[in-house]
Amino acid sequence: MSLFDKIRRVGRVAEAPVAPTAGMVPEAAKRLRGSVQIRAVDAGSCNGCELEISSAFGPHYDAERYGARLVASPRHADALFVTGPVTHNMATPLRKTFEATPAPKIVVAVGDCACDCGVFKGAYGVAGAVCDVVPVDVEIRGCPPEPEVIVAELRRLTGR
Amino acid sequence: MTVRGGVVVVVQVGIAVGCAPLLIGLLRTVRARLEGRAGPPVVQPWRDLRKLWAKERIVPEHTSWIFAFAPVVLVSSALVVAAIMPLVSTASPFDHVGDLFAIVSLFLVGTVFLALAGLDPGTAFGGMGASREMTVAALAEPTLLLAVFAIAGRAQSSNLGAIVTATLHAPRSVVSAQSLLALVALVIAALAECARLPVDNPSTHLELTMIHEAMVLEYAGPDLGLVELAAGMRLLLFGTLIVNLFMPWGIATRTALPAIAIGAIALVAKLAVLGVALAVFEVFTAKIRLFRVPELLAVSFVVAFLAVTAAAFLG
Amino acid sequence: MALGVSAGAALVGSAAGFVLPRRSRVVVASLTTTLVGVAAAVAALAVLGTGDPVVVRWRDVIPLAGVTIDLDPFGAWFVLVAGVVVVAVSVYAIGYCDRALAGRSVQGMFPLFAVTLVLVPAAGSVSTFLLLWELMAMTSLVLVAAEHRDREAVRSAAVWYGVMTQAGFVLVLFALCLAAASAGSESFAAIRAGAHGFSATRASIVFVLAIVGFGTKAGVVPFHVWLPRAHPEAPSHVSALMSSAMVSLGVYGVVLVGVDLLGGGPRWWGLVVLVLGGVSALFGILHALVARDLKVLLAYSTTENVGLIFVGVGTAMLLTAVHESALAGVALAAALLFVLNHAVFKGLLFLAAGSILRATGTRDLDRLGGLVRRLPVTAALFMVGGVAIMALPPFNGFVSEWALFQVLVRAGSHASPVLGLAMPVAVAVVALTAGLSAAVFVKAIGTGALALPRSSAAEHAVESPAPMLVGMGFLGAGCLALGLFPAMLSSGLTRAVGAAGDRAHALRPGVVELHLAGIHSVVSPVGIAVGLLVGAVVVVGAARAFGAARVRRRAENWGCGRVLQTARMEYTATSFAEPLQRVFDDVLHPVHDVDVTHAAESRWYVDTIRVQTRVVDGVDQRVYQPVVGCVRAWGERARWVQNGSVHRYLGYGFVALLVVLVIAR
Repeated sequence: MSLFDKIRRVGRVAEAPVAPTAGMVPEAAKRLRGSVQIRAVDAGSCNGCELEISSAFGPHYDAERYGARLVASPRHADALFVTGPVTHNMATPLRKTFEATPAPKIVVAVGDCACDCGVFKGAYGVAGAVCDVVPVDVEIRGCPPEPEVIVAELRRLTGR
Repeated sequence: MTVRGGVVVVVQVGIAVGCAPLLIGLLRTVRARLEGRAGPPVVQPWRDLRKLWAKERIVPEHTSWIFAFAPVVLVSSALVVAAIMPLVSTASPFDHVGDLFAIVSLFLVGTVFLALAGLDPGTAFGGMGASREMTVAALAEPTLLLAVFAIAGRAQSSNLGAIVTATLHAPRSVVSAQSLLALVALVIAALAECARLPVDNPSTHLELTMIHEAMVLEYAGPDLGLVELAAGMRLLLFGTLIVNLFMPWGIATRTALPAIAIGAIALVAKLAVLGVALAVFEVFTAKIRLFRVPELLAVSFVVAFLAVTAAAFLG
Repeated sequence: MALGVSAGAALVGSAAGFVLPRRSRVVVASLTTTLVGVAAAVAALAVLGTGDPVVVRWRDVIPLAGVTIDLDPFGAWFVLVAGVVVVAVSVYAIGYCDRALAGRSVQGMFPLFAVTLVLVPAAGSVSTFLLLWELMAMTSLVLVAAEHRDREAVRSAAVWYGVMTQAGFVLVLFALCLAAASAGSESFAAIRAGAHGFSATRASIVFVLAIVGFGTKAGVVPFHVWLPRAHPEAPSHVSALMSSAMVSLGVYGVVLVGVDLLGGGPRWWGLVVLVLGGVSALFGILHALVARDLKVLLAYSTTENVGLIFVGVGTAMLLTAVHESALAGVALAAALLFVLNHAVFKGLLFLAAGSILRATGTRDLDRLGGLVRRLPVTAALFMVGGVAIMALPPFNGFVSEWALFQVLVRAGSHASPVLGLAMPVAVAVVALTAGLSAAVFVKAIGTGALALPRSSAAEHAVESPAPMLVGMGFLGAGCLALGLFPAMLSSGLTRAVGAAGDRAHALRPGVVELHLAGIHSVVSPVGIAVGLLVGAVVVVGAARAFGAARVRRRAENWGCGRVLQTARMEYTATSFAEPLQRVFDDVLHPVHDVDVTHAAESRWYVDTIRVQTRVVDGVDQRVYQPVVGCVRAWGERARWVQNGSVHRYLGYGFVALLVVLVIAR
């Protein structure tokens, strides 16, 4: 039962809670009342932000304890975490994902590329930043943003 | 139907509806703790449901009335099962309305309509989910029916009140060969029907590994809330079936209010223990390949068949 | 007398069908057939209600034997089954029959076919029975071949059907004549009285011949091969009649000979029926699973349901053989209830399939789809039939499946080792077919009626005319009524079972609950239905009350962000069944053909690849095809006998005359 021994030895790895970001809470987030389901959309990123998002939901930062959860379908989601500059091929799918999400919804642009194309500004494959394709409610800056920053923003959205 | 009988029904339905999301929450929290995380609070699924209720309802454009009808059928069949099954008391006024076969059929109604709702939007993943779900159901149903009848042999009746009462009067009969075999078969079939590991991973994001989730990818808002509630209720009711048929201690045999209260507390405690056990089991188990699932269900079918044979020869 | 009205109406209708001009032919023939059905049902209900048999004997109608009508409650049950289905189908036919189907032969034969279906269970003597049976076979053959000018497959199907029906008839003829000869008289009453005087061998021979002969009509494996050939090619209303009423007559024949006339027999009789039933049930549902043609699927499903009925009948015979006659009566009652319920929902399914065929021109499930929007009433009634056949509450299939299960389980706890071994296997088989039939009919409903249309024919389908909808609606209402209040039939069913030989109160009368005698389980189908309705109301009410959004936004499918949704992206019937088919690969033995055409320039390049997978009926391929091939080979070899020379034929006659003279001396 090596797995059982490992569980016993390792114990709890979740770190102390990160303080929520100060600032105004989006109206849509207030209506969600502490439960935010997130659909992560890779609109053309280098996957650096994806690694940070999955780390934010991993054992060390454990964003699930604040009422957030990753889901598979945008129809189940309240928030879209969009990463990367929006490439030409992903512009339509991103728009469709946004339309498929039921209201009230929040779009979070994660990372510098999502906010203003970052280092890929002007590249031939890039159609624009996320705000050029769908309306953005929250921006998380960083290349990539640290998991603590992502968790802090999530705490602001869930209010917990 | 007396007032006290009505109280029994209300309490049973209330527990089924109220504790179903809590059971799911308990599973998630225990799993998280074992994985070294802090985990969401146990009441988080209720927050999720409250939020879903207030969200926009979206219906895909090529669907028919089946799509909107299926979540209602799922929840209402679960409610009927909760009213019939002896959750807190064997003296439920609706005990004669349905027996184990009727309960299995009511669960099948829900499965069939969900599969049809998966096919309705015409998406490839919905069809895939429906196809896989019906494959699993076609092989798990026979196991359930056989296990049901092996258990029914004990009490000479397949009405649940009679079976639980017989078990209360003769506790040793639970450890007989037919009973234990039926329990093993029932547990495997219940895991398949409730879409838990090792048959289906309820928290997967990879569509090609989904069975139950793939059918509900198109649901949003209150419809999704109903589907999730029904999934929780199905897990709770199957769990109750297992604990009350094999370990019915604490269940009320009359409709006196103190007895009902004790029965309710006993049920919640037993379900909590079962939930923790299931969560621990899920941490140690991986999902098996889809094409190995029929082998697992065939094993459970053979075990259930042995149980029926043992019941016929030894009972 | 109602049966007389029935027969008279049939003759009038048949004459009208032959004589009247095209426009009025269909309506008059169909309406008279409705009268046939109504009168028969009335007669049957009268006999079931009072328990007094109706006996009529006409010496002079047919030379030598006369016609004897002896309608006891047991036969009356089957008359009721046939009558109900005839009424629905004849109303349906008013809207369905056009072009080839409105021809004189079809419209003339249809009332005759219907009247033979309702009169066969009323026959009281061997000659009457055989006359009506053969008339049924002839008229149905004409009806099956109705569209032979339009499609070649119809001709082949009609040949198979004709040959197998006649082969079955010969066996039934031998069986009944042997019984009549042993008893000294040909009336059923005399045979019944003299049956205990038969030697065991003789009784067994009669029984085996009857099983094979009637089993062919009922469609049990291995005599079922005509079902999946004849049903798709026959007009749908005829398929409905055949699959519901005619296969019931096969069951009637087996029970008539085995239980009623011969009075039960040794245990191996019951075991044979049980084994045939179990094998048919599994074989039928597995082939329905892989069927792509809707009517082939329904035909194999008929084999499965008849298998389940045979399981019930076999259990009844086994129980009689171990002297457990009360429980045997309950088993037979469960089987008879199943017969009625099967007739109603299978008739509905075939009529709905006919409606779909008429609207789209195709039976191929992989070409249908989206019919729930184009044909709303037909699709809804098809779903009613599908939910009923899957044995789901609140429809009638649930009730009869429940009764069958309860009987099998109760019989399993009997002391006899035969039952102790056979009953668990029977329960396992019935349980497995119940699960598989759910998958089969979700496939049929889901791919046939839901999602997007897969072909332009399905896209432009138009709802069927009112008479067809009324006919289907009648059977749909029957499914619901029989599902909610099955105990209303209990006294009639008890009398029917009693007339077949066992005196037992099989079902306790009641409105709300269903009790079987000697079995402690109880179920209340109407209670479940009310519970579901109340639950649905509570759910919808709670949704409205707690502020769930009322307005629904119609949006594109999510489908993982793909740009375009076409019908090609949907699951087809074949792909839906593929995982489950894989599980049963060793039983079904699918044949995979891969044809690779290489490019002209080099074998390293491929031009086209053609992959074909099909599942063939194992019994057909391994038993019947070799026999047919053998017969054909011998026929070819015997050609030299008929070489056309008049001299040789005269020579044959001369030699035959010599032989006769020598022998007769």
